Amino acid sequence: MIRLSRHHTERIAFSVIGLAAVATAVPIIVIVGSIFFSGAEAVSWQFLLEMPRDGMRSGGIWPAIIGTVYLVVGTGLISIPLGIASAIYLSEYATDSYWTRMIRLAIVNLAGIPSVVYGLFGLGLFVLFLDLGSSIVAACLTLSIMTIPVIISTAEEALRSVPQSFRVVSVGMGATRWQTIRRVVLPQALPGILTGVILGLNRAAGETAPILFTGAAFFLPKLPNSIFDQTMALPYHLFVISTQVPEMPITIQYGTATVLITFVLTMNILAASVRSWQRRKREW
Amino acid sequence: MTKLVNRKMTFNTKYRQLLEFVVEAIIRISGYSAVVFVGLIFLFLMQESLPTFGEIQARDLWSQRWYPIENYFGVLPLLSGSLIITLGAALIAIPFGLMTAIFIAEIAPLWLREILKPLVEILGGVPSVVLGFLGITVLAPLVREELYLPTGLTAFTGAVLLAGMAIPTIVSVAEDALDAVPKAYRDAALALGATRWQTIWRVTLPAARSGVLTATMLGIGRAIGETMTVMMVTGNAPQMVSGLGSLFISLRTMTATIAAEMGEVANGSLHYHVLFSIGLILFLISLTVNIAASAVLFRARKRTERLLS
Repeated sequence: MIRLSRHHTERIAFSVIGLAAVATAVPIIVIVGSIFFSGAEAVSWQFLLEMPRDGMRSGGIWPAIIGTVYLVVGTGLISIPLGIASAIYLSEYATDSYWTRMIRLAIVNLAGIPSVVYGLFGLGLFVLFLDLGSSIVAACLTLSIMTIPVIISTAEEALRSVPQSFRVVSVGMGATRWQTIRRVVLPQALPGILTGVILGLNRAAGETAPILFTGAAFFLPKLPNSIFDQTMALPYHLFVISTQVPEMPITIQYGTATVLITFVLTMNILAASVRSWQRRKREW
Repeated sequence: MTKLVNRKMTFNTKYRQLLEFVVEAIIRISGYSAVVFVGLIFLFLMQESLPTFGEIQARDLWSQRWYPIENYFGVLPLLSGSLIITLGAALIAIPFGLMTAIFIAEIAPLWLREILKPLVEILGGVPSVVLGFLGITVLAPLVREELYLPTGLTAFTGAVLLAGMAIPTIVSVAEDALDAVPKAYRDAALALGATRWQTIWRVTLPAARSGVLTATMLGIGRAIGETMTVMMVTGNAPQMVSGLGSLFISLRTMTATIAAEMGEVANGSLHYHVLFSIGLILFLISLTVNIAASAVLFRARKRTERLLS
């Protein structure tokens, strides 16, 4: 057997690892590229702004777009205040006690629960027990619980990165704890918190399983009238037209996928630019 | 005059104190929200799945036939389906994910790192239905033709896509762990004459091993809980798994079963309770994986603190 010199070993190892990285990166470009490429021709103003017709086989996807916007806004209204308050507690109030460790463990676990289990929970608690029915509120509440761990962990990190001296100075000038948090710590941590909020809501926008039994409508060619109505949503719509509707034109499927992925990527890019803007603006 | 100012001051302070008290109370209560939610989820899953055991024997659940219309509720096909698809995904995602992480953290030049990192993040943001959709339209026909199978909707197709969902998690956690290894370790190894590869293999990776292990576990946790993608591409046939060859037949996972059947069952029926029991199993699996992953990280942090102090 030939013994390789350690420099040859290095060259081989680096080539294998480099190839693996390429093999991971190329499919990502292909996935996103092929969706945009095949979906571009389907997307037009009519496609975006019209009601679906012919059992969804023609027409547009307006109610699904609006439904997703409703769900994201509703989820934000619930999860943003709760998530930020919880992050403030962990970063500014909590000491390293047994209960604090429990909270952290709960956050990690919450983030790892399968999305369909959130759907079951939402069905059990919001739809049936609280009798909200399959509705926008029930779906938003379910999505909020899924979003909260993402917001808490990023917001806490942002709050913690504000230097301790800022707090010391503020309290030294006679400000109370809450005044210090509201006027000094929160403004400084805002961009970081915003990044977390966008990432969390992004996840809510793309998820299907939690809204399957809590508020998503298979086909509803009108806009919801109240928060107790069901609604169509983009990800569920894509699921429906790619698996449940026979003889569905492929262009409409690609068009819907394009709209959904554009929505999600825009939010991702927004989060990334907020993060880099914050790094440049930072005063410490 | 002074009296008036004084009275105004005390009102202001009192108001402030009250506000402060209320705000702090709200913050403290919100602080515990995560614990409350995990507790509530566990409670509701328990409450809705317990009636199952009054109506059928545990033996019937632990059997090989899932056919709810005729009251066969054997969860073994679903459990084994979930396990083998996750195993397949792990076999793809772990090597590729870890090697990509090593490449990004240790080998790639800066400009390439700045391209690769956001690219992997983009993959992490792609909704699971979109991956499932591509699985149906692109990957499944490919699998059918290349492997000469009767259908492209197989466990293997699902495993490939699940690997795509697990890779971003694995890469970002493992890369963080590699980044956290002190530069002095690498410098010392290089100064002793080690090549860069020897440094990575003998020094950096062992130093980051707990983080790498956590990355792997979280990636697997992500894969076992995925719902929409596997529901769309694995063919949805609840068959028993009999070895690795079963990767190339249609299977069904626990998650997909819940998603596919919950919409059609009557609330409170046996079928409904059984589906909640499957949810409870999934919840307990994810709880175990996550607690184990954070225990590994916690122990490692203790060890590092000891070494560095």
